[in-house]
Formats: sequence, C-alpha cells, structure tokens
Amino acid sequence: MSEKFELHSSIWREEAQPENPFTADRCLAFGYDVYGDVLHKCSWAEYLLLLFTGERPSVAAASLLEKLAIALANPGPREPSVRAAMNGGVGGSVDAASLIAALAVGAGQYGGSHEVYLLVNAWQQLGEDLDGWKAYLSEPNRDYREDVWSPIEHPPGFDPHGVRCARPVLQSLAALAEVSPGSALTWLQEHRSELERHSGLPLAMSAVAAAAFQDLGFNANQAIMMYLMLRLPGAAVHALEQEKLGWKKFPAYGPAIHLNDDPGPMGTPDVSRFGL
Amino acid sequence: MSIEDLQVAQNQLEGALGKAFLSERVVMRGKDLHNELGKQDWLSVMVYAITGREFSANQLRYMNFMWVATSYPDAGIWPNQATALAGTARTTPSLSLVTGLALSEARLYGRKPDRRAMDFFYRAAARVDQGESIEQVIEQEIEQRKVVFGYGRPLVRLDERVAHTLHVIETLGLDNGRHFQLALETHRYLKRTRGLSMNIAAISASTMADMGFSTEEYQLFLTLVFVAGMVPCYLDAKRRPEGSFFPVSCDNLVYSGVAERRW
Repeated sequence: MSEKFELHSSIWREEAQPENPFTADRCLAFGYDVYGDVLHKCSWAEYLLLLFTGERPSVAAASLLEKLAIALANPGPREPSVRAAMNGGVGGSVDAASLIAALAVGAGQYGGSHEVYLLVNAWQQLGEDLDGWKAYLSEPNRDYREDVWSPIEHPPGFDPHGVRCARPVLQSLAALAEVSPGSALTWLQEHRSELERHSGLPLAMSAVAAAAFQDLGFNANQAIMMYLMLRLPGAAVHALEQEKLGWKKFPAYGPAIHLNDDPGPMGTPDVSRFGL
Repeated sequence: MSIEDLQVAQNQLEGALGKAFLSERVVMRGKDLHNELGKQDWLSVMVYAITGREFSANQLRYMNFMWVATSYPDAGIWPNQATALAGTARTTPSLSLVTGLALSEARLYGRKPDRRAMDFFYRAAARVDQGESIEQVIEQEIEQRKVVFGYGRPLVRLDERVAHTLHVIETLGLDNGRHFQLALETHRYLKRTRGLSMNIAAISASTMADMGFSTEEYQLFLTLVFVAGMVPCYLDAKRRPEGSFFPVSCDNLVYSGVAERRW
C-alpha cells in the first residue's frame, strides 16, 4: 500500500463535496466559515488579521491595518522595487514577473522588508526602552552572523540619504498612531526627534511600518510577509502603466554607464560573404 | 553620500563592472565579451563575472562537477517540488525555474548553510593561525551556535555525493588546500566525539575557500546549482494532466485548529 501524504494546518479546514474529495464544499479559517459567514460580514482588513493572528481582530486593529495598507500601497515609481516592476512592464514581461521583481527588490534592507524584519525583532527585544534603541541604532550589526543578508549599512528605520523627515512619513506616523490599539506608534511619535538626533538621520517609512506591526502583534516574519504584500499595488499599477507608455518614455541609462577598464574595440569578424 | 553625490549619480554611473556598447562590443570586467571571453566555456565566464579572476582547468572541472553533482531531478526535493507544482499549474517555464531557484536560498539546506559552512572555515583558519587548536574552535562553535554547518545531515546520515566529490577533488589534485584539510580535521573530531559526518556543504565550502571565494562569491556561484535538476521536474509535471502532481484531497488536509464558530 502506498504512503498517505498529508498536509497539516491549524489555520484552514475544508469539507469535501460528497461526490468529489478534491473539491471543497466548505472552507473554514480558524473555525469561521469563509464563504458562508466571513465573506458577508467581514472587511478585507479583518480577514487578513484573522489569517495572520488566528483571532477576530478589534475594530482598532483592523482600522490600523487598513490605514497601513494605504500608507504602504504605493511607494511611487522612484522606489527600487516599483522601478524593478516597471522594468518588467516596459519590456512586456509576463505580469507575474513584474510582481516577482518587486518582491525580490522590495525584500531588501534599504527600505525593504528585511529592514522591517530587523526593526520588528528589535521592538520585541527592546520594547519602549529608549536607551536600548539608541544602543541598537548605533550598532545594528552587533549580533550579525554570516547570512544571505549582508550587514545593514544604515541605522534600521532611518533614511540614509535623508536630511529632514519626509512629510508623508510624518503624516503616516500621525494617522496610524491615532487609530492604533497599541503604544508603539505613539512612542515612536514621541521619541522620533530624539532618535533622529541620535542617528543623525530622519525617520523612514520602514520604521512607521515596523511600529504598526508591533502594535498589531505581528512577529518579524509575519511583518515581512504583510509588508511585501501591502506594497505590491504600486508595483502593479506602475508596471502596467509603463507597458502602456512604452520604452521611449523609460530611462535609457546605457550611455550614462562608464568604464574605467575599457580594453577598447577589438574588431568584429568579417561576415560579408553572408550578405547581411 | 551627500545630496550632491546623489544628484551626480542621477545621470552617471562611473567605474561600472561592465557595459554593452550596443552594435559594437561588450565589456565585462575589462575583457571583451566576444573576442576574449567568447573563447572560454560558459562556467569560466560565470566565475569570472563573479570574481574577476581566472581559474585553472582543474579548478573549473571541479566547479563544473559541483553543478552536475547537485542536479537532482527529484520532484520530492522542496525547491524542485515548487518547480513541479509550477508545471502542474501550467505557469511559464521561466517562472517555474525562478520559483525553485528562489526557494533554494533556504535555512535548512542550500544557500544559508553553504555560506555559514564557508564562514566557519575562514574563522577556524584565522583562529588556528592565532594558536588555538581546531578542537577548541569546534567546541566553542558548538557551545555558541549549537551546530557546525556542513556536518551531520537532517534527512539522511550518509550523503551520496561525498564519495564522488572526494574522488574528483583527489583526482584533480585539489585536496591539499588549507581549508579542505581543516574540513577533514573537523570531520574526524566530530565523528569521534558526536558521530557526525562531513556532508557535501563542508566539502564544497572548504574547497571553494581554498580557491579564494568569499562567502558572497560562493553564494553567487551556487545560485544556479540546482537548476538542471529542476528542469525535468517541470517537464514531467507538464506532460501529465494539469493539477495531477501529487494532488491533495480535502481529507488529507489535516486540521488541528479551533472548533467551528460564528463571526
């Protein structure tokens, strides 16, 4: 007799149709009937929080996630992950590839999801210990061990190229703190100036997102997943837009790239006999 | 980097590692792609792209063997399984391979243990140079990190690649390097004290360390290392009816969560 292969989950249960074991008649998420109950009564933000936390969220938590989703939805076409997706759009790559490009680039440590991961881990270790945060920001790679992720090159949560905190960051921090059921966003708002003075850099959106995830009770890996998903809408629409705009309206960087070690022309074979 | 530097960088990329002078020529790390690198095999160009260095014929033969020896066409292997699922779901060939390659940067296998194994040999060599014994280094590694990457194996104790790879290394005269010798010493000690064996990660990492690869260069070299084995997994799933790669019935989704409740 062949082995029975099983998948295990404490999230999802399915009841099969009587006539077909491969088609679900009912799907339950953490005990809630998704299509018979949740679909009719629940918002997108509530359902996402149910899937991530296992419990029906408070109104405040759902409201925070919804506001965070708006704040993160479109980093704008200058941002690397969105630009990567636009490279998919302009060349007519399959649409999924544009999103894969956005996920891969947006996973990074310069404003990407790994920066958020580092911050959520720091939140869980440091909480609202201001001196602890200052020590961490001074030496974010203190506990670094060899990894596929390089050591981070700036204090996590701060803009290494910033001069003054960006207004959208301030506006997001204020709006999210106002609806948050937790205290991390408020704490960040209260201590932003001091942390900025300590770092010598302005706060970045990654720090706002990380504080929001702390207030939502997410762990660092959950924060990565949600951050990546919430930033995809901008990548999608800008990739689609660029495909319509066409390659003539996309930067052609080639001529601006210069070498220090150009060996110079070495000739091309004579293929004149082919009459090309 | 100042705002002024950023403003300059908007329009200029100086000192690039390569450039295509379209309709004329292409330069990679100071060499003409078609006139100079075009005379080499693809793997030589790949490792030149990664390191900017050239390697001996025997070193390249070994590197080629590493790629061949990890081309497992078995759809039970996790990244290959994702590639097979891509085939059964009828996505595109490129997306199918990309999914398997992306998963290969994993914690339990693949790129993370690969890098950490090499990192151990570099750190161990430096400490032995400072007078510590390899036994001291190993014991401290286990005390601090619980594990020495490249030793033991989560699923099977005996790694079938080990004998073949050791034979190739010996045949090609690549078995005298500093880090490979440290890998053997580590194996002997862990075998004696804990019954652990050296697996392919330790052999590959130590020999590539002997060739001067950094951990990042090593990862770049390994990124495609599983890909030839993924191709048959994709094709095999693709030639069968859609959705028929190990389908899961509702009953085989075993639920262990809370009881049914109303929203």
